[in-house]
Amino acid sequence: MKRKMEVSELIFKIVAYFFLIVFALMCVYPFLYAIGSAFSSQAANEAGDVILWPVEPQTAAFVYVMTNAQFWIAYANTLFTTIIGTAWSLFYSILGAYALSKKRIMGRHGWNFFLVFTMWFNAGVVATYLNYQATGEVFATLFAGSTNMFEIDLKWLVVIAMGMNATNIILLRNAFEGVPAEIEEAARIDGATEMQVLTKVYLPMSKATIATVALFFGISRWNGYFWAQKVMGTSTSLDGGGQPYSWPVQVYIRDFINKYTSLVTTYDPDTNKIFDDEVVSRNGVVYSMVICSVIPILIIYPFIQKYFAKGVNMGGVKE
Amino acid sequence: MFKLKCDDFLTYDEESGTYSVAPDQQVRDEVEKTRWKEIAFKLLTDWRLYLMLVPMLFVYIFWRYMPMYELIGVFKDSVTSPTSSAADGNWYGFKNFIDVFTYSSYSEDFWMAFRNTFILAFYGLLFGFPFPIILALFFNEIRSNIVRSIAQVCVYLPKFMSIVVITTLAISLFGGKSENGVISQLLISICGDDSSIAQAATNGLVYSARYFRAIYIVTDLWEHAGYDSIVFFAAIIAVSPTSYEAAQIDGAGKMQQMRYIVIPSILSTVVIMLIMKIGSLLNVSYEKIFLFVNAGNSNTYQANSESALVVSIWANGLSNSNNTLSVSMAGEMTNNLIGMLLVIGSNIISRKATDVSLY
Repeated sequence: MKRKMEVSELIFKIVAYFFLIVFALMCVYPFLYAIGSAFSSQAANEAGDVILWPVEPQTAAFVYVMTNAQFWIAYANTLFTTIIGTAWSLFYSILGAYALSKKRIMGRHGWNFFLVFTMWFNAGVVATYLNYQATGEVFATLFAGSTNMFEIDLKWLVVIAMGMNATNIILLRNAFEGVPAEIEEAARIDGATEMQVLTKVYLPMSKATIATVALFFGISRWNGYFWAQKVMGTSTSLDGGGQPYSWPVQVYIRDFINKYTSLVTTYDPDTNKIFDDEVVSRNGVVYSMVICSVIPILIIYPFIQKYFAKGVNMGGVKE
Repeated sequence: MFKLKCDDFLTYDEESGTYSVAPDQQVRDEVEKTRWKEIAFKLLTDWRLYLMLVPMLFVYIFWRYMPMYELIGVFKDSVTSPTSSAADGNWYGFKNFIDVFTYSSYSEDFWMAFRNTFILAFYGLLFGFPFPIILALFFNEIRSNIVRSIAQVCVYLPKFMSIVVITTLAISLFGGKSENGVISQLLISICGDDSSIAQAATNGLVYSARYFRAIYIVTDLWEHAGYDSIVFFAAIIAVSPTSYEAAQIDGAGKMQQMRYIVIPSILSTVVIMLIMKIGSLLNVSYEKIFLFVNAGNSNTYQANSESALVVSIWANGLSNSNNTLSVSMAGEMTNNLIGMLLVIGSNIISRKATDVSLY
């Protein structure tokens, strides 16, 4: 049945299309700008000619980043913390969420409160940093026999201690609660142990939520900046207590920006020259690094995107 | 299984042929013993479940509850006995709090940071909350699946970018003339060289105290609005098409359908999201502000700090010297306690008003 469109509906549709297209372009523009800047010549970058497309295209800045060993060490560090850290976070979150989803567990309200309270009250940046220092020292006494936390590779502290998220555990718990009890009973009658029930029944039945939660953990690991910077120090010299060889890529990029421009005073291209040969510009190098650091997310994103709506919905909010 | 029977407490006296009740204390002991037996039995049968909780408890106790223990430092004196851990000093009472609120060398910055936190949080709620709903309503208008999918992919993307990438892009787009900020240059060419916005744009809009808040909100919307719209969009497409048909037959136009079908059916989702938003109101993104405000590796602040400095960043900067550790923690704790009251308060109000609550 075809129906005549009203004027108000037409106007609303036009506004919706226009607005969404503009907003979508706004969301993509900065990345296109980054690509344009990365592949533009040094002169074009310094004159501010880059608006969208590469001006006088060349790959010198990109090649500089590709051959920069320090950048790739930082990149490997990020890969390490992301993979091991996500696996660790998923491990304790899934086990904990499974136990909490069982009605027969004693003190269920108490455990839930224990978890939710961390969402309500945050000890704050200063207290958390003191805590990381203290636990770093505990790690150092355990593994290096010294009380200086810079004796151990602080990547491990980042992996084990950071990236906690109570919301994710609650998402998982709600997903596990949604699995029908009959299926679990059937498995138990067939002689499945607790661990088998979890791995053979619960995990396959809540795939969407687990994929979403894994994505959240992974993204927060990949993008983590503040605490890695606080704990590993920004000082490039080792006597300042820093650990530049353990830096994740985000800390490295920011440190690079800080080193080669002064963000306070106005940027003067003449005094802030990075390289003597003058082939590459700071902007080009920074944006090449940004592109390299974004690529893994762009690769994984389309595969997991289809789970978003489902995963968020299923676990989301319970009334 | 371990239920007590009445017989357990009655003793039959054979001589007189009567029952006598055991003394109260004995009954209580028996009940207590049975309770412990039950707990031990449950632990034994389900020990695997409790073992599963252990890794999570370990992580949360060490890195979520131990920092709260460090907060004891706010009642200690770290000014006269600077130590690495604030928990070591002498008891000091509430003097640190009084210092933060009244002693001018701390309180001026603290109140400025406190005000900034509230203003940024309020603007974030005012613009950041309705925007995703509008976005979801607009997405619902697009009938072509391909166009909608492309738009959605674009709009969700910024959520997954790191804060370093976002601030780098924002600084170079809103940066000053010397950094070739594209948007700043655009504003200068639109408004002319003499207007006040053009002068701010020449130095960089991100660095001006006056425009920083706007930039913070815009980047916040850019980052989160698309992703936040997923929940609302899912609620909208869950509305049964028969409702629309019925409304059309009754002669409802597009606007009336929106008013009487779409909005009522997403209302409960909106309320829940609002509670969550108010709950995390004071968690302004300190990472982002840290990157916007801190100049280089030093702890000096940029020109925009007058409107950008929030409590967490203020405390972070102050805590770099040991003898102000307690003071900085006291200021931050005040902020976080108010945040907690907001969460609990919004929950209670919504439970009373709408029967919807999160916890």
